[in-house]
Amino acid sequence: MIKLNSQQMAKFVAEGYLRFDGVVPRALNEQLLARFQSVDPSHHGNLRDYYHEAVDQRVLPIGASGLPLDQVFDDEPLFYALLAVPEIEGAICSLLGEAPRFDHHFLHVTLTPETRTRMQLPAAAQHNHQDSTIDPDLAFDIQLFYFPQAVTEAMGGTRFLPGSHLRTVSEAAIARYQNIVGQQHVVCPAGSVFIFHKGLWHGGGLNTSQMMRYLYKIRLAPGGSQVRQWDTSDLAPIDDRQGPTFWREAGGGSVVQQILMRPQPWFEYDVGRLELINRIKLWRYLLGDPAADVDYWLTRLERPQLIDRGASL
Amino acid sequence: MEHQERQQVLVLYLASSALDSPVIGWSIYDGSSIETPQTGLESESPYVSGLAALRDGWRLIQASPLISHPVGQEFRTDYLKYEFFFERWSTPRARSGS
Repeated sequence: MIKLNSQQMAKFVAEGYLRFDGVVPRALNEQLLARFQSVDPSHHGNLRDYYHEAVDQRVLPIGASGLPLDQVFDDEPLFYALLAVPEIEGAICSLLGEAPRFDHHFLHVTLTPETRTRMQLPAAAQHNHQDSTIDPDLAFDIQLFYFPQAVTEAMGGTRFLPGSHLRTVSEAAIARYQNIVGQQHVVCPAGSVFIFHKGLWHGGGLNTSQMMRYLYKIRLAPGGSQVRQWDTSDLAPIDDRQGPTFWREAGGGSVVQQILMRPQPWFEYDVGRLELINRIKLWRYLLGDPAADVDYWLTRLERPQLIDRGASL
Repeated sequence: MEHQERQQVLVLYLASSALDSPVIGWSIYDGSSIETPQTGLESESPYVSGLAALRDGWRLIQASPLISHPVGQEFRTDYLKYEFFFERWSTPRARSGS
């Protein structure tokens, strides 16, 4: 497997996602796409009937939530092979540690205009949302978004908002946010995998092409420690060193520190600083180091209180 | 006689509580149009700030209050903080004959 390096981990902490373009071999993409297409939505009158048949036909295997991942796909060599792609296996191990657990998976089909019209579905992109439910824990699940086909802009690739993953919201409560500065849309070659932090805001796009768009999504949970599971050989002493803050030369700090402190264009002025603090809390969790800091954001708040030194109020 | 005009709602999310701060997000719901509202399809905000929307004739009808931070929750981040609702009225389009 190919584990993540520290810069990739810092990017995940800061932005809430990683992308691996075209890492899945072509033959495997073709086999998995054929599996996904084995039940055709265009032959059904509505989405519910389509999904009933897709489940009945076991387009995806059925696995119990909470099972160790290595027990879910024992009899499913295609899915096993997908998760064994070196970059994917390495990323899973780096983010979740050993023995990750299966949460659930799903096949998302974004319909062509013709099928959508026949099913009487609105020609609208999916609203923004955060998956699952309110979940403020530092420990995190990941979601793999696998695209077996090349995804063009017209196919309505998944929309997502980098850096939104640490906002604690309630699923579709953010649905009225139509456009946010910095939002991105998946456009990618066949065999690409995006890995999202559990909290990343996202939504399906509107497919205006003549091809069904298939997305296989699988959610995984840690089965043990998430501390220092990546390839830490590139971590340097400078990554832990507190440098000057604000009044300093441009480009100060290590590359890892710069990645961790890179703001998003949609951050509110004041809340953006809280986002940096929350990133450092997540970085501390992953490092297993309760004193780690960048730009003094948390250290400043952790100064000893006078009352602790025996002063009277 | 039926009221002919329909409400258009513009929601701007700003970088601070000041109406003249930059737009970081936006939504439009147009009661005068039969078009389906879309999410994520626009890359340019219709206005650079809330003040620019006022100058173009939108009326501010709601602004996010400034709320104190509960003890223990000072660093929690969640919804976009500075939300401003604007409205204006428009004659319906694509409703000929109604």
